[in-house]
Amino acid sequence: MIPAIEQLREATLVAAPGASVEVVASTPAVQQLSLLVDREHLFAVAKFFKQEARFQMDFCSCVTGVDYPAKADKPGFIEVVYHLYSVAQKHGPIILKVRAPRELAQCEVPSLTPLWRGCEFQEREAYDLFGVRFTGHPDLRRILMWDEFTDHPLRKDYQPPLDYEWEPTPHGETLARARQMGGLMPPSASAEKLGSK
Amino acid sequence: MAIDEGLALELQKHGIAVVPVEWLYNWGRRSSIWPLQFGLACCAIEMIATATARYDLARFGAEVFRATPRQADLMIVAGTVTKKMAPQVVRLYNQMAEPKYVIAMGACAISGGPFKDGYNVLKGIDRYIPVDVYIPGCPPRPEALMQAVITLQQKIAGQHLERGQRPRWYDPTAPAEYPIPSYGAHDLEPPANDKVWQRPHQCREVTNEEII
Amino acid sequence: MIQAQSAIESSGVTPSTAGIIETQTLEVSIGPQHPSTHGVFRMDVVIDGEVVVKLKPVMGYLHRNHEQLAEKMTWLDSMPYTDRLDYFNSMANNWAYALSVEKLAGIKVPERAEYIRVIVAELTRLLNHTVAIGFLLNDMGAWFTPVLYAFREREKIVDLFEAVSGSRMMCNYYRFGGVRVDFDEKMLAMARDIVERYPQFLDEFEKLLTENEVLLARTQRIGILPREQAINGSITGPVARASGVDYDIRKVDKYGVYGGLDFRVPLGEVGDTYDRYYIRILEMREAIKILQQALCGLPSGPIIAPEVKLRNFRVPAGDGYGRIETPKGELGFYLVADETGKMPYRYHVRPPCFINLTLLEDMCLGHKLADTVVILGSIDIVLGEVDR
Repeated sequence: MIPAIEQLREATLVAAPGASVEVVASTPAVQQLSLLVDREHLFAVAKFFKQEARFQMDFCSCVTGVDYPAKADKPGFIEVVYHLYSVAQKHGPIILKVRAPRELAQCEVPSLTPLWRGCEFQEREAYDLFGVRFTGHPDLRRILMWDEFTDHPLRKDYQPPLDYEWEPTPHGETLARARQMGGLMPPSASAEKLGSK
Repeated sequence: MAIDEGLALELQKHGIAVVPVEWLYNWGRRSSIWPLQFGLACCAIEMIATATARYDLARFGAEVFRATPRQADLMIVAGTVTKKMAPQVVRLYNQMAEPKYVIAMGACAISGGPFKDGYNVLKGIDRYIPVDVYIPGCPPRPEALMQAVITLQQKIAGQHLERGQRPRWYDPTAPAEYPIPSYGAHDLEPPANDKVWQRPHQCREVTNEEII
Repeated sequence: MIQAQSAIESSGVTPSTAGIIETQTLEVSIGPQHPSTHGVFRMDVVIDGEVVVKLKPVMGYLHRNHEQLAEKMTWLDSMPYTDRLDYFNSMANNWAYALSVEKLAGIKVPERAEYIRVIVAELTRLLNHTVAIGFLLNDMGAWFTPVLYAFREREKIVDLFEAVSGSRMMCNYYRFGGVRVDFDEKMLAMARDIVERYPQFLDEFEKLLTENEVLLARTQRIGILPREQAINGSITGPVARASGVDYDIRKVDKYGVYGGLDFRVPLGEVGDTYDRYYIRILEMREAIKILQQALCGLPSGPIIAPEVKLRNFRVPAGDGYGRIETPKGELGFYLVADETGKMPYRYHVRPPCFINLTLLEDMCLGHKLADTVVILGSIDIVLGEVDR
């Protein structure tokens, strides 16, 4: 059985001294609390959870990134989330989170592929869609988009190429793009064509 | 050219059939359309279901689905065409031997479908290659695909061989190969083939009074 | 080759002495349009003669940015898009998403809805495994006949889905807190009829296939995946269980009413392609057992939780991960809700087929080029899920 989150946190502090580990809350219903670890100690903490006999987290189920752009008071970061389960003891999940700055040059996180081979493709996907570089990854290149693509589409500030699907009477975002692309008839012209209402 | 009905009936009694060469030519062509085995996404499953025992597309002449474009007459673009896949689709179309036809099956192939807001989705395969029949649906039922093949057969039956009305593969000035887009830094280059597809421009801004 | 020949003659050494014949490896790109790649999937294979030396999978040809679309729509709006993830098992995908949102929001599903969910999901399992075996044999060259048998059975199940949800494939049947439409007597009779006749069809299928000489020659000892490697590579589903990994989420998490149903989890020993084929047959037999129990024990009651709002559905802030055992493996949804709770802030799909492809290279090395296709068929991928 996985012990309570506070005991997990203490165990990691014993295993990787000097690590900064925080507990992140979740919704009251799901009760999936996670450990936020700093980048320098992530590999040591993950290795501890994999090898320690109490836990034996030999199965890394899900690796993903989440983008949190900067707000007025807080700097932005990209968070990489790892869900660990155990096949040997049939328990889980232990959730590890790590944060990296959003600027592409500094957006680096240590890769956990040497520990769990299953992270390989998922980390490549996080690199492709978020721009997070995983140091120590055996083969870090784009996986879903073509190699010449330069953007990272799942970031919140991604602008897709200007190409809208034609709508006869557009609204909202599509209307803004139609204005940019030209060919939009103004409302006054259309009211005449419609006749009086 | 019209044939006198009475004469035709009289000749038939002696076992002689009189048809224009054009009719015979088109009959041979439309009764044995072999599709290219080219399923992209979910619509491909309905295409395979159309070819299986219950719906049986082979009744309409589509006896085998050829794996190689060199031997296929019809490309059924079944499923979403993504920008990563679009150069391959155009390349396959170029490799098919003429006469060749394209059916755009499903909402995704016509216009991007439910995924039209995507950064990797090509909003309709008719941006790069000419399409003959469009089948709406997500996914269209197998009966709809059969209806599309019948529509295509009717279209082929209406093609003429006389000079001035020939289909485009007899026209020396029409392009034999369509340009293949290349991968750019943000999008495909070019985003559409101007000779095949013109972006519709006229759209109206709607005021609140008109809506209510 | 001619150069090498004269070099041998002039040096006086026979070809059998140490590899002095110069050969080159050949790089073959299989796909993205290929009859056997199960969709638009590409493999860059480097072969030395016929033997595979290196294999790199290339995907993304069906990347339809499902995750980005979900961030622009409300929670329920993404339900039809989950249908199109693994387009064979739309019902199972719906369940994974509905389960994840119900976990996040703390919604309890009434019992009749749970039983209906199990019935529909296990029918999907039957459908998927039948078609997977059909396509596996298609890859081996049994040109389309097993597919015809498989699709004959699929049509029966898909007719039931059409009666229940209105659509053959993209069912959009689940809602948060239950299902959309109730099973009436006619639909239950259809379901019972399918379950009664299925063992007969499975016997016919097995008689033709399980001891078939060609199948045995082409699948035994091909593509062996050792157990430890499968766990380390996050492989789930029938592929992992064929390698001996005793992990079935229906038994571990006991979601829905699986805790109260009696079924076994078949495990393979060798982990080769034949095990991956045969385990699907065994799982189908177990699915029939589950279906019989569920159809007998179907209680009456509401089919959707009454407290769930249809409009303005909100989820409290936080993140959560929910997963189920689809026929392909572990399908999970990682959802993050922000303060407004109206739309997902982050919506991530954990796709089983994508991750099962991690070890494709390891399974294919040392085998022939023709075996690559068979191994890929036995992993049973669907590109809608690999690329999302």
